[in-house]
Amino acid sequence: MRIPHAHITLTVNGEPTEVAFAPYKTLLEVLREDLNLCGTKHGCELGECGACAVLLDGQPVLSCLVLGVECEGRRVTTVEGLASEGRLHPLQETFADLGAAQCGYCTPGILVTAKALLDEHPRPTRDQIRDALSGNLCRCTGYQQIFEAVEAAIAVEVPVADGRRSVLDTREHSARGPSEREDASEASGGGAPRALKNAASASGVGVGPHAK
Amino acid sequence: MMRLPYFRYHAPRTVAEAADLLSKGDAMIVAGGTDLLPNMKRRQQVPGTLVGLRNIAELRGISNGDPSTKLRVAPSLSRGDGLMIGAGVTLTELVRDVRLRQGYGGQAPVTGPYAGLWQAARQVATPQLRNMGTIGGNLCLDTRCNYYDQNYEWRKAIDFCMKKDGETCWVATSSPKCLAVSSTDTAPALVSLGAGVTLASATGTRHLPLADLYQNDGIHYLTRRPDEILTAVHLPRLDGWRSTYWKLRRRGAFDFPVLGVACALKLDRSGTVEAARIVLGAVASRPLESSNGAAALVGHALTDEAIAHAADAAAQPARPMDNTDYTLHWRKRVTRDFVTYALRELRGDDTRELRRRVARQELLTM
Amino acid sequence: MAATSFKTIGKPRRRVDGRAKVTGQTKFADDLMLPRMVHCKLLRSTLPHARVVRIDASRALAHPGVHLVMTGRDFPIPYGILPVSQDEHALAIDRVRFVGDPVAAVIARDELTAFDALDLIDVEYEPLRTFADPEESLTHSTPRIHDYGDAGNIHKIVSLGFGDVEQAFADADHVFEDTFFYQGSTHLPIEQHAAVAAKDPDGKLVLWSSTQTPHYVHRALAKALAIPAAHVRVIATPNGGGFGGKSDPFNHEVVIAKAAMLLDRPVKICLTREEVFYCHRGRHPVLMHFKTGVKRDGTITGLHVKTLLDGGAYGSYGVASTFYTGALQTVTYHIPTYHFQGCRVFTNKPPCGPKRGHGTPQSRFGQEIQLDKIAETLSLDPAELRLRIVERPDTLTANYLRIGTIGLAECIRRVTHAADWSSTYRKLPPGHGVGIACSSYLSGAGLPIYWNDMPHSGVQLKLDRSGGVTAFCGATEIGQGSDDVLVACVAEILGIDPIDIRAVTGDTDLTPVDLGSYSSRVTLMMGNAAIQAAERARDLLAEAVASKINVPKDRLVFAERRVFDAENPATGVAFSDAVCLAETMFGTIGTTGSYTPPRSAAKFKGGGVGPSPTYSYSAAIVEVTVEPSTGWIDVPRVWIAHDIGRALNPTLVRGQVEGSVYMALGEALMEEQTFRRLPPRLSHALVHKFPSMLEYKSPTTMDMPDVITELVEAPDPRGPFGAKEVGQGPLLPVMPAVANAVYDAIGVRIDEVPITPEKILKALDAKAAGKTPRYGPSRFPDIAWPETLQVPPPWEGGDGTAVNDQRRSVPDTRERHGASASAPGVGPRRYEKVGPRER
Repeated sequence: MRIPHAHITLTVNGEPTEVAFAPYKTLLEVLREDLNLCGTKHGCELGECGACAVLLDGQPVLSCLVLGVECEGRRVTTVEGLASEGRLHPLQETFADLGAAQCGYCTPGILVTAKALLDEHPRPTRDQIRDALSGNLCRCTGYQQIFEAVEAAIAVEVPVADGRRSVLDTREHSARGPSEREDASEASGGGAPRALKNAASASGVGVGPHAK
Repeated sequence: MMRLPYFRYHAPRTVAEAADLLSKGDAMIVAGGTDLLPNMKRRQQVPGTLVGLRNIAELRGISNGDPSTKLRVAPSLSRGDGLMIGAGVTLTELVRDVRLRQGYGGQAPVTGPYAGLWQAARQVATPQLRNMGTIGGNLCLDTRCNYYDQNYEWRKAIDFCMKKDGETCWVATSSPKCLAVSSTDTAPALVSLGAGVTLASATGTRHLPLADLYQNDGIHYLTRRPDEILTAVHLPRLDGWRSTYWKLRRRGAFDFPVLGVACALKLDRSGTVEAARIVLGAVASRPLESSNGAAALVGHALTDEAIAHAADAAAQPARPMDNTDYTLHWRKRVTRDFVTYALRELRGDDTRELRRRVARQELLTM
Repeated sequence: MAATSFKTIGKPRRRVDGRAKVTGQTKFADDLMLPRMVHCKLLRSTLPHARVVRIDASRALAHPGVHLVMTGRDFPIPYGILPVSQDEHALAIDRVRFVGDPVAAVIARDELTAFDALDLIDVEYEPLRTFADPEESLTHSTPRIHDYGDAGNIHKIVSLGFGDVEQAFADADHVFEDTFFYQGSTHLPIEQHAAVAAKDPDGKLVLWSSTQTPHYVHRALAKALAIPAAHVRVIATPNGGGFGGKSDPFNHEVVIAKAAMLLDRPVKICLTREEVFYCHRGRHPVLMHFKTGVKRDGTITGLHVKTLLDGGAYGSYGVASTFYTGALQTVTYHIPTYHFQGCRVFTNKPPCGPKRGHGTPQSRFGQEIQLDKIAETLSLDPAELRLRIVERPDTLTANYLRIGTIGLAECIRRVTHAADWSSTYRKLPPGHGVGIACSSYLSGAGLPIYWNDMPHSGVQLKLDRSGGVTAFCGATEIGQGSDDVLVACVAEILGIDPIDIRAVTGDTDLTPVDLGSYSSRVTLMMGNAAIQAAERARDLLAEAVASKINVPKDRLVFAERRVFDAENPATGVAFSDAVCLAETMFGTIGTTGSYTPPRSAAKFKGGGVGPSPTYSYSAAIVEVTVEPSTGWIDVPRVWIAHDIGRALNPTLVRGQVEGSVYMALGEALMEEQTFRRLPPRLSHALVHKFPSMLEYKSPTTMDMPDVITELVEAPDPRGPFGAKEVGQGPLLPVMPAVANAVYDAIGVRIDEVPITPEKILKALDAKAAGKTPRYGPSRFPDIAWPETLQVPPPWEGGDGTAVNDQRRSVPDTRERHGASASAPGVGPRRYEKVGPRER
């Protein structure tokens, strides 16, 4: 059975978008193959890994199980849409800084899922973060640095209001991380205290060579 | 990448329109897509037409139930108006509804009458899948089996099975019927609450107790006709009841239940059980109600002895087979433990630590 | 120069590829979309063992949209990762060996069309007897799954003796014998294997692939397709996780390469998850027997290890895997006499190969549980027992492994302190327990996969007048952070910021060779090569700057993007000016560095597996709770200490440790690659039980405990800035620590993984019935071992050769060619200056 292409209009990362595609395609395939937005990944295409998560009307869903033809008029946010006005989302900053992305393959799905969490709960607890990300498998990190990065992003989001966000922006251009001031013994220790330290330093007070 | 086969797609705006499309045959309903689309990708189901329900407004929303609904559902439970849940309500919407969570803040003792449903819905799959999947979809979830939930080539390698394209049930080769497992979390919980459902088709609508939607056959596991749409779930008003749901699975997310225990109880002021329902999930091709287990409780206080007696009776009919995660002997054996956990929680024991170990969460109310 | 004066090394930093990964800009193989690209799907065998009688692809070829159908006849030349097991064909020629073995390929305009056409290929098979279990393969020598190997369906069988273990057992106060089973598991990278092949404008082959070993894929493609290697370019795209699963050349890579050359169009393949399970190359299921003699004080007198590996249907790295099950027992604790016997058999299942820890976690599991039993019998604290017997640094072991620094004792002290071991071990309430275990791992295999004397890793630097530096290296970024290591080493030496350096890696046309991201070799080998290249560049710049500002060359400091006088920091030039000065003086500035591991002291046959420039060490304590009525097990906390030498980027090191613990807990508690055989009277089927991410249980966020990581930093002179490996070693102690913790909690031994509630409950039942409170294998089969190669240990005057090997030792070609100037066991002299001490 061959059926003509489907044709829909939707909003992708804030931009009105028209797209035609083979009608059997899921949103995942439409994004990657017809809109060239390859930031959204796939690991099973059966809803068993979470790699393909995107925000659909603000809610995290698995794009591998959303029919393309059901996206008419809807609002999709992918990892490519997290940064705005040339600035990375705080989660992107903290994920990059704190080792939350290793191979980076599950990262887009986790980032959009974490964004939805922070949009709804600006100060989630560790248990809430754990729970919100329970549908995203990561084989590299053991999740701990992911949790810490989400927690650090909470700390980052607050200073935005009082204008300290610019510190982050300079840091983006430096490979030096935010935790530079930590000495080696602190950095190699474990447990919650470090997470707090990271969170504190990720709020970006005078770190990185350009901020000196 | 796994691809869907070609299909025609329709997005009706009313139930009547949808029913009309379904009546033409070779069509299947898609709501959240989380059950059907993986099955289609594995070519377990290849409908020529998909009827999408997501644009049908009348299937969405939760309202205080209509007392005029002539539900002939478990009369002892059905008093007053309860709740009506549209079949298109997502599991996320369901767990966020304050009426469901009432009296349940994640702390023991569980007092809310619908807590068991909340706990069941809360533990389905993953947050993303709960954002997509609907209550109607979870109730109609295809039965599952390790010989069936496989890609086309894998199934070809075993010469297929009775449920799709083959002759034999490989779970028990002499079995005359398919032994695929009812793997819905919400069905046992809703059956324990005495819920009813409405089915609509081009020829009319009918109401039936949810328990009667199911039959113990892995292929014909629903009494729903292919042209019928499950449109609503009716929860009776359950003053004085408390309920709970315990789920056994390997991991704290993703996994379908390999055992679900739903219990609902009504206690009198002295703590004596006035009425009880114990329903097991994932031990047969349908949710399995244990009237013996419930009967063992009625008229007794929830003493350790009464609980043990009821747990033994409730676990007795469980017939796990070798077609899910974990060994069948162990699943059979721990059934009584899980019934015990549920009843102790309903008694008011603090089971949070146990929950944390078994469910790997205390069931946050976020 | 003191460690604290490093500018880049040792600082927790954003990894150099971090921004690309969080913005979705990292291009994985399946993200490549080329004009005119067509798509490939493979038809895979539905029978576990059969002769292919006939293939008729005519209906598929006639299917609209199909461009090409290929079968085994198109691929007559075999290949394989090891020279001794060239047993794979891109598509089956006359035999299929497991369900999932590729038989034919369809190339079509889109993936769905290719998939639909697969069903139009008619294959006639003649079923053959199947082998599901290693003992079947041992007892039935026919039909042979392969027509090579040591005997019948035995792929490899070895016996190595180092001293007289029987005498050692006679001298011991106690002799312990235990049998263990370690179930197979798979890597499950979230990225499915994908590749794109194209014919470039010059008519040459290009392959982009999610491979950990572009160099070996390069060689395999040239061989299998009979194309001059110089006309083949392999580009390793960043891997979305590897863990060893992308270390072999794969049939899909060979197939699309040929298809692209035939069609002159780009061809893509992206495997489904099910197909990834069929590629496998994962952890071998291993049955093992440990016999250990100990003195009353815990001193080990001798160890005899026997292993039986279920290899699956192909050789893969299996010969090495076999030796690895016996290689590293001696590098943690002092073992004066050692006897190892290993046997790998073929079965009709997807081939096993190297998964994180390659062959060593299985026997580490047995050794560390047995030590726990020994400690209990001797009434010793198991941490104290281990501290007593830790091997000494700078030692040559009984099996001729040259150990460098050993931070194991410090790891044990750190982890027991962090976990408050002395007040928890044997002191927690029933159902709660803690367990300890230790381990060691290679920092890079000492020998390449094919015998040669060339470097294992090369780095080239190009310095631009802008001050920008490009670092070229064949190393492959699989998430572990190899690009970051490369850049950090160069940045530190040249005194510039990592952002000033571009890494170009994993491209056989553009980058000097690096053997690949396996055996935890990249940080040490590429790092040393990068330091050498950077030091050579620094020397050129220093000479030019010295001459310009009239300061002695050795007084110049490279830091803060400047080159300046140490005694007068204001006097100096910008780094970019230094490059210009050097370019004026010497011409275009490009330098190279390379690394060759030290020569191994082991000269006996099989001694090539195990040697490494140095070894990492780990100690872990795991806390568990167990419900006695159900056997339900939960792990709330893990403490782990790792001897890293030096953490080049502590953020990434921690990530490797925690990721290792994660993967280890998966293996310890829930992951297993298992198979289902249908009743033979009804069906030939022998299938993977659940080739899906839903039923192959990878722990979720909800299942992952808190991990408390301690890094032990004692720089090893053999490593770059003193660094050792971290990618694999920290996985190893976790599984036995879980088993030991279960014993502490409820007094039963689970002598196999995964440690599931079912097994615990069975062991509890046995305990209640007065039987041995244990779950695990009861016997090790009788195997017809070959004559043991007798290699006297160093302290018995041995020289690393076997006294009874007709062929004696492998000739040391390196010595003959004079390529190595270094003494055995010491890093080549040209690298001794590497590292902070000299700077």
